[in-house]
Amino acid sequence: MEALSEANSIQAILLFGLLKVVMVVAVLMPMISYSVMAERRISAAIQDRIGPNRVGPFGLLQPIADGLKFLLKEDFTPNHVRKAYFWLAPAIAMVPPFLTIAVIPFGSTLGGQNMVIANLNVGILFTFSVVSLGVYGIVLAGYASNSKYPFFGGIRASAQMISYEIAMGMSVVPLFMLVGDLNLGKVIEYQASGAWLIFKQPLAFIIFLVAAFAETNRLPFDMPESETELVSGYHTEYSSMKFALFFLGEYAAMISVSALMVTLFLGGWTLPFMGLDTPATTILGGLLHIGIFVGKLSIFMGLFIWVRWMLPRFRYDQLMDLGWRRFLPLALLNIVITACLLWITR
Amino acid sequence: MADVKDIEIKDTAASAASALGAAEAQSDDLSDLEGEKLTLNMGPSHPSTHGVLRIVLELDGEVITKADPDVGYLHRGDEKIAENMTYTQFIPYTDRLDYLAPLANNVAYALSVEKLMGIDKALPPRCQYIRVICCELARISAHLLGLGAFAMDVGAMTVFLHTFTEREKIYNLIESLTGARFTTTYTRIGGLARDLPENWVRECEQFLDGVEVNFDETERLLTRNKIFVDRTKDVGVLPLDVAIDYGVSGPNLRASGSNHDLRKVHPYLVYDQLDFDVPVGTVGDCYDRYLVRIEEMRQSVRIIRQCFKNLPDGPVSIDDGKTVLPKKEKVLTGMEELIHQFILVTQGVDTPKGQVYFGAENPKGELGFYINSKGGGTPHRLKIRAPSFVNLSALPYLLKGSMMSDTVAILGSIDFVMGESDR
Repeated sequence: MEALSEANSIQAILLFGLLKVVMVVAVLMPMISYSVMAERRISAAIQDRIGPNRVGPFGLLQPIADGLKFLLKEDFTPNHVRKAYFWLAPAIAMVPPFLTIAVIPFGSTLGGQNMVIANLNVGILFTFSVVSLGVYGIVLAGYASNSKYPFFGGIRASAQMISYEIAMGMSVVPLFMLVGDLNLGKVIEYQASGAWLIFKQPLAFIIFLVAAFAETNRLPFDMPESETELVSGYHTEYSSMKFALFFLGEYAAMISVSALMVTLFLGGWTLPFMGLDTPATTILGGLLHIGIFVGKLSIFMGLFIWVRWMLPRFRYDQLMDLGWRRFLPLALLNIVITACLLWITR
Repeated sequence: MADVKDIEIKDTAASAASALGAAEAQSDDLSDLEGEKLTLNMGPSHPSTHGVLRIVLELDGEVITKADPDVGYLHRGDEKIAENMTYTQFIPYTDRLDYLAPLANNVAYALSVEKLMGIDKALPPRCQYIRVICCELARISAHLLGLGAFAMDVGAMTVFLHTFTEREKIYNLIESLTGARFTTTYTRIGGLARDLPENWVRECEQFLDGVEVNFDETERLLTRNKIFVDRTKDVGVLPLDVAIDYGVSGPNLRASGSNHDLRKVHPYLVYDQLDFDVPVGTVGDCYDRYLVRIEEMRQSVRIIRQCFKNLPDGPVSIDDGKTVLPKKEKVLTGMEELIHQFILVTQGVDTPKGQVYFGAENPKGELGFYINSKGGGTPHRLKIRAPSFVNLSALPYLLKGSMMSDTVAILGSIDFVMGESDR
């Protein structure tokens, strides 16, 4: 009997795990395509244009039309590329953002299940190691294209992402000194019981936010792409679905890094009133928590989009200067200050 | 059947490098210590070369060690074409020089021919005022695009669309003025094609009020934007003496610290009766060039407002049947007018023998026409001094030693038009 129930619980974990994976991917993919849509509409509003409004009501079917277009386009591989890497790169660019989502608690509980795919004790370490894999897709694309502009894009990407990785990692250290745990669920619990970490660690938040822009290659840090100088940077030689994978990868990375920011600084799925900061007991409450999470995430997505259309681009050396000479020392200083405060108050 | 795979795409830049006799010559062991240099072919089809400019860059990492601009991809032989047609027939070709400011080109060309004929001072005052309005509208239009494209090159997309919206309004004004949005062909030798349409002055004044708001918006987006300032300040510095050596003119020269403006130095039309300032830069970097253009647009608005205030009544063309086509009713009823019409259309205006040079302060710089005439209605030789062409000649100096990303900032701030450069 005992063995049977044990087998059942393993089955249950597998079943619900798989279900959550499917659910998250099913929610994430439309979110990605609709954030592209949102970007186009918001940029149009910023620039006094109308934006895509022809496909379906209010142009809401535009992402589907776009996806179809990408799928139906000729999958062209230039003659001079390194084929294996050329095919591999878009896939690699797409995977890390999805893996990051796995450890982020995107809701409290729903039908007795924790709304996190993998409740890792080393959640944040896993996240950072996966995020840093993101650079490989771009570097590989730049290398595989065997052409000069993508090559420049790849080189810039590697330098940029590695430098900001460090600032990003350092900026969150004080958070975990305060929380005392690396599990992202615990981080949310800590914020639910006190103030959100954005108020306790504003400096860390700013550094993390800027580094997030750099990590996702968004303007003003879109050096690897820099449309006007490197044509399109690392994906110059890509077309059709392979290009679409890079494109979706960029938005997936934006979503995953936004989700991370929501979890680390904005209290995840909690809201500090109406009892919304304790795990839900009803299905409705659980859904509400997921809704809160998505809502907070949308704020960051909006920020990403808004900033892109308002600011010019940094120059490569200015970017490195900012990363290494401003943010890294600031992040280290923040660690020291936090440590001192903890030592005094203890 | 030839094998398609024989075409090696990556060789274009390499062959360009060897053709230019680049650093390959010194391929001894020592050169390896400095590292290998990368030859990068920028253009002729590149998003920030604004047309068909090609630059062969030699890069050491991200730093440019040598830049070689290559022009001529848009060469149409305008100067030779001019020798095969009457002076009036060439006016449409001037639309296509600096195609961002066709009105200003029309005016500059008409004034050159009129100077040759000695009638440039005898133009009716209304004609002169309208021509000034045209020139300044063209300047605003060209600078709006220049600044927008400059901002877009350094990554600020939105500025481009904001300025483009205003240009659209200028195009609407030009359409109601000339009948065409782009290829205006508005001037005639000795006058204008037609007078201002009804209500045009009021519409234009409305536009001027709106465009000043747009300047402020553009400035709010850029002038104190830390990233924009970082990208442009002390980038692509062109000292005054170097600028003069290269023959740079227009806003680019004034950004370097000279107050040389043909509207002030050799006033033509009614510029000497108008009150306006010439903005001058101090450093000659990309940021100065940006500031000078912004201020020039404000001054243009000021000039147009004054023109509207002083706009006299009267004819828009000189009253001389040998130069300007007579009215159609007169042609159908009068013998003399019929003969004038016939001669003007078949032989063109009657110019004296001699040569003349006239330079006008166009948006991009000094647009000059040198006409060598052996009499009759066709130029013996017509040379166009295109400001973009001359300004581009400073590129090797400007680009050397700057970063790869500065290329686009410098190109954007030079603000050139290949239609004019290659003519």
